[in-house]
Amino acid sequence: MDTLLVYAYQVAFSFSIFILISLGLAVIFGMMKVINLAQGEFIMLGAYACVVCSAVGLPLWLAVPLAGVIVGAIGILVERTVIRFLYGRVLDTLLATWGLSLFLVGIVTTIAGPQSQSVPADLGGVSLGGLQVPAYSLVMIGGACAMLLGTYALWRFTSLGLIVRGTMQNPEMARALGTNTSMIYMFTFGFGSALTGLAGALLVPLFGAAPTMGLFYIAKAFIAVISGGPWPLLGTLSASSLYGTIDGVISYAFSSVLGEIAVLLVAIVMLRLLPQGITGRLRKGL
Amino acid sequence: MKLSRRQFTKLAGGGLAFASLPLTLSKAGLASEEPIKVANILDQTGGLNIYSLKQMKAVAMAVDEINAAGGLLGRPIELIFYDAQSNNQLYSQYATQALLRDQVHAIHGGVTSSSREVIRPIVQRFQGFYVYNSLYEGGVCDRRHLSTGMVPGQQLDALVPYVVNELGGKKGYILAADYNYGHITSKWLQKYIRDLGGEDLAVEFIPLDVSNFAPVIARLQDAKPDVVWSALVGAAHMSFYRQFHATIGKDNMMLASTTYSIGREHVELTPEEGEGIVIATSFYDGLGTPAAEDFIQRFHDYTGETDYIGEYGESGYRGLALWAEAVRRAGSPEPEAVMDALGGTAVEGAGGLYTIDGQTNHTTMNIHIAVQDADRGFQAIRTFEQQPPVDTQLVCNLYENPNDTTQYVVEID
Amino acid sequence: MQRLFSDFRRPSGQRPGAIWWSFIAVATVVVFALPQVLDLAQLLDLSVVFVLALLALSMSFLWGYVGILSFGQTAFFGLGGYVYAVAAMNWGDTTLPFLLGILVPLAFAALLGVFMVYGKISDIYFSVMTLVITLILNKAMRATSGDQYVIGDVRLNGQNGIPGVPPLQVPWNPTVTLFIDHVYYLSAALIVLVYVGLRLLLTTSFGRVLVGIRENERRIELLGYDARRYKFAAFALSGGVAGLSGTMFAIWGNFVAPEMFGLGQAAEVIIWVIVGGKSTLIGPIVGTGIIQYLTSWLGTQGVGQVTLVLGVVLVVFVLLFKEGLVPTLGSLIARLFGGRRKQGEAE
Repeated sequence: MDTLLVYAYQVAFSFSIFILISLGLAVIFGMMKVINLAQGEFIMLGAYACVVCSAVGLPLWLAVPLAGVIVGAIGILVERTVIRFLYGRVLDTLLATWGLSLFLVGIVTTIAGPQSQSVPADLGGVSLGGLQVPAYSLVMIGGACAMLLGTYALWRFTSLGLIVRGTMQNPEMARALGTNTSMIYMFTFGFGSALTGLAGALLVPLFGAAPTMGLFYIAKAFIAVISGGPWPLLGTLSASSLYGTIDGVISYAFSSVLGEIAVLLVAIVMLRLLPQGITGRLRKGL
Repeated sequence: MKLSRRQFTKLAGGGLAFASLPLTLSKAGLASEEPIKVANILDQTGGLNIYSLKQMKAVAMAVDEINAAGGLLGRPIELIFYDAQSNNQLYSQYATQALLRDQVHAIHGGVTSSSREVIRPIVQRFQGFYVYNSLYEGGVCDRRHLSTGMVPGQQLDALVPYVVNELGGKKGYILAADYNYGHITSKWLQKYIRDLGGEDLAVEFIPLDVSNFAPVIARLQDAKPDVVWSALVGAAHMSFYRQFHATIGKDNMMLASTTYSIGREHVELTPEEGEGIVIATSFYDGLGTPAAEDFIQRFHDYTGETDYIGEYGESGYRGLALWAEAVRRAGSPEPEAVMDALGGTAVEGAGGLYTIDGQTNHTTMNIHIAVQDADRGFQAIRTFEQQPPVDTQLVCNLYENPNDTTQYVVEID
Repeated sequence: MQRLFSDFRRPSGQRPGAIWWSFIAVATVVVFALPQVLDLAQLLDLSVVFVLALLALSMSFLWGYVGILSFGQTAFFGLGGYVYAVAAMNWGDTTLPFLLGILVPLAFAALLGVFMVYGKISDIYFSVMTLVITLILNKAMRATSGDQYVIGDVRLNGQNGIPGVPPLQVPWNPTVTLFIDHVYYLSAALIVLVYVGLRLLLTTSFGRVLVGIRENERRIELLGYDARRYKFAAFALSGGVAGLSGTMFAIWGNFVAPEMFGLGQAAEVIIWVIVGGKSTLIGPIVGTGIIQYLTSWLGTQGVGQVTLVLGVVLVVFVLLFKEGLVPTLGSLIARLFGGRRKQGEAE
C-alpha cells in the first residue's frame, strides 16, 4: 500500500467533509452574521430531501441538486417568517434558531421515524495505491471543491454577487443606491441554506440521514467558519484545509478520538496566535 | 394520559399511547379495583429513541393484554409513561417521582447503562423494584433490579464458537463503541476467540459520534482479518456498514456483530449493505416459531405498524410478562414479595423460554444465531437453548449476599 | 416606581433599595417555607432548578456585567462535578471535595483567563474558544472508558459517567448525610446567597469598573484602569460559581457524566439566560425554572416528540418577548404604573 497516497486520501476526504458542513454557514454566519444554531438541522433536511427524492424514483445525481433547491426554499421560508424580524438582534436569533433546530428534529422524527435512512450510490470501490476506497467518496471530494469554486465565482464575478457583498457590508448605502436589501438578505439566506442542503444530500450515500445527525456537525462547522476569520470563503477554505489535514493524518496514524481532539486543540492554539482568525490580518474581503 | 385503541393507532407515528382505557377495564370487571401501578421510563425523544419507540409500545401492549384478560391478581395494571428525552437528569427526576408521588410498584425502562445506574440507587433508597429491559455489559448484582436482556457471556458463548470454528473466522478484528458496553464486550470477545485458538488482531474503540470510518477501513485493509467483530452502536456508527460495503465487502471479510439488528440497523441499510452479517440475539422477527409469529401479529394489530420489531421491542414485553408472573407467584405486587418470588419464575415468550436466575436476577434465555439474507430478513442458523448469564454468575450471588448492590466488572485474564 | 424595576433590570451599579431588599426577604421566606407544602419529588425538581440556575447566573454575570459571552461555562460546571465526585469517592470525606469542586474550576478559569484575556481574545472568538474547551473536555472524558483511566480508586468510566457519587456530609458530623430535603435547603440558600452576592458586587468599585468595561472598554482604560485585570477576575469568579453549580449537581443526582461538558448542555445554559433575560440577574433564574419545568412536564404529557413542542414555544417566545421574560414584564409593569404620570406630564 502506498502510504503517502493513503494519507493524501484521508486528508482530502476529511477536508471535503469540513468544507461541506461549513460552506453554507460561511454564507449565513460569515457574511450575514446570523448565528444559525439550526445549521446542523439544515444539513439533516438536505439529507432527508435527498432520501425522499430518490424514494419517488429520481436518480441520485438528480436527487442531490434537487435537495439543495428544496432546502434553499425552506431557508427562504424560514427567513421570511422568523429571521427577517431578527436582523441585528443576535441574541434573539440564537434563541429562535435553537428553537427551530429542536422543532426540525421533532418534526422529522415524527414524520420519518428515528431510524437513519440512506440512498446507496452503487458506485462500488476504486483502488488508490492498493487501498480500496468508496468511489463515491471521490464524488464527495469533487462536489465539495465544485461548491466552493462555484460560490466564489458567484460572489466574485457576477453583478448579483457584487450587490450581495455590498449589501452585507453596508446595507444603508446599498439601500440608498436603490437595492432592495430585504430581497438580497432573503436571497443570501436562501443561497446559504441551499448550499447546506446540498452538502447534506452529498453526505447521504456514505453517512445516511438521521433526525439527530445535525448535532454531529454543528460545532465543527462553527469552529471552522469562526476560526477562518473575517474573510468567510477564504477563511473557511483555509480552516478546513488545516483541520482536514490534522484530522486525516492523526485519525489514520493513531485513532479517531485523537484526531478529533487534535483538531480542537489546534483550533485553540491557532485562535490564541491569531486572535482574529486565520484571515484576520488580511484586508476585508471574501 | 389515557387513550382508546383507535387513538393509539392514530398517534403511533409520534404520539404516545396508552394503555388500559376505562372501556377495557370495565369489560374485564376491573374498573373498581385498586390498580397496580407500573412506571415505564424510556427515551421517546432524543438520540436514544431508536431503542425506545418499539419498547414503549410493547410494554403498553403487555399491560393491555393482562388487563383485558382479567388483570393481575384481579386488579388492573395502571401504566404511567415518562419520556426521559435521552437525558439522565430526567431519569433521576422521573424515577423519584414515580416512587414517591405515583407510588408505583415497579419501574420498567432505561436504555443506557448510565440511565440504569441513575435509577438503581433511587430504587434502593425508596425500596422499590426495577426491571431493566435492555442488553448490557453484565455484572449488576442487586436484588431490587431484574435484567431481562442479554449479557455478553450468554451471547458470545453461542456466537464466537460458531464464527471461529464453523465459518473459519480465526483472525478477528474488533470494532466496539467507546463506552462500557463496548469495552467489556470486546474483552469477552478476545477471551472467547483466544480460548478457541483464534487470534484477535486489534481492538478499536469508536466514539459514539464518529461517523467517518475512512481511517478504520484503511486499517482493516492493512490488517486483513478473516472476520470483523462489530459492537458498534447508534446512528453515527451505521455509516461503518455503508463504507465497509462500498470498499472491502463481505465477500472478502466476514462481519459478525453483537449489536446489529437490535437497534433495527438492518432496516436502515440497503439489502446489499447488510446481507451476510452474522448476529446473535434472543429475538428477531424472522425467528419463525409459532410463538414469535403470534407475538408479531399481535404487535402489528395493536400498533397498526408493520415494520421490524426486534429485540429491544420484544424485551419490553418480556420484562413486563416476567414481572407480572413474579407478582402472581408472590400473590402481591409489593417489591419485597416480588423479589422473593423472582428465582425460577419462567415465561414462555416470543423468543423461547425465559427463566429468571435467582442467583443474579438475570434471565436465562435462548440465543439464536442468524445471518442476514438478501431481502433484509434473517436466516436462522441455530438456536442455543437456555443460555445462562454465565459472566454475571461468576461474580454475583444474591442468595448469599442479598444486600449487594454493586455492578461488578468481571476480571478476564 | 421606575426605580423599583431598575434594581432588577440592567445592572447599574446603584445600591439596591428597600423594595429590592424586601423582595429578597419575601422570596427567601417563601423558598424556605415551601418544604412544608411540597412532597420530596417536587423538592427534588425544584432543587435542580436552583442548582442549574447557579450555572445560568455564572454566565449571565459575565455576559450582562462584563459583556463577555462564555459559551463554555459547562467546562467549569462539569469540572466541578467531576472533581467533587472523584475526590469524595477517594477520600470518603466530602467537605474538602466540596470546596475543591469550587476552587479547581476557579483555578482552571483563572488559567484560561490568563491565556485568553491577556491574549486579547475578544467577542465571538472568546465564545468559540470557551466552547472548544468544553468540547475538548467532553471528548476527552468520553474517551476514558478503559479500565486504565483511574484516579486513585475511582474509574473515570468514559461515556457512562460515574454513578454512586456520595451525598454531602455535615462537615462537623460526617455520619450524617444530606437527604433530598436537605439538599433543597442547601441549594436554595446557595442561590439566594450567590444572587445577592453578585448583585451587591455591582455596587462596589470593582463592579462599577466591570459595568464600565461593558459600556466602553477603551474609556475605562483611558481612565487608568487595567481592563484586562478586571475581566480576568470576573472570568475566574464566574468559573468558580459554575464549578459550585457542577458540584451541587453531582450531589443532587449522585452521578456525573460527560454530557455535563456537552454541546447540548452548553447551548441550553444560553437558552435559559436568554429566555429569562440577560440584562437582569433574576431573569436567568426564572428562565432556568421555566425551561426545566416545561421540559420535565412535557415528558409526562404524551405530546410525542417533546422537542417539537419546545421548539415551537421558543420560536414564538422570541417573536413575543424581545429582551427576555423578566425585562419585558418589568418594563410592561413599569409602563403600567408610570404611564399615568407621564400622561399627566404631557398635559
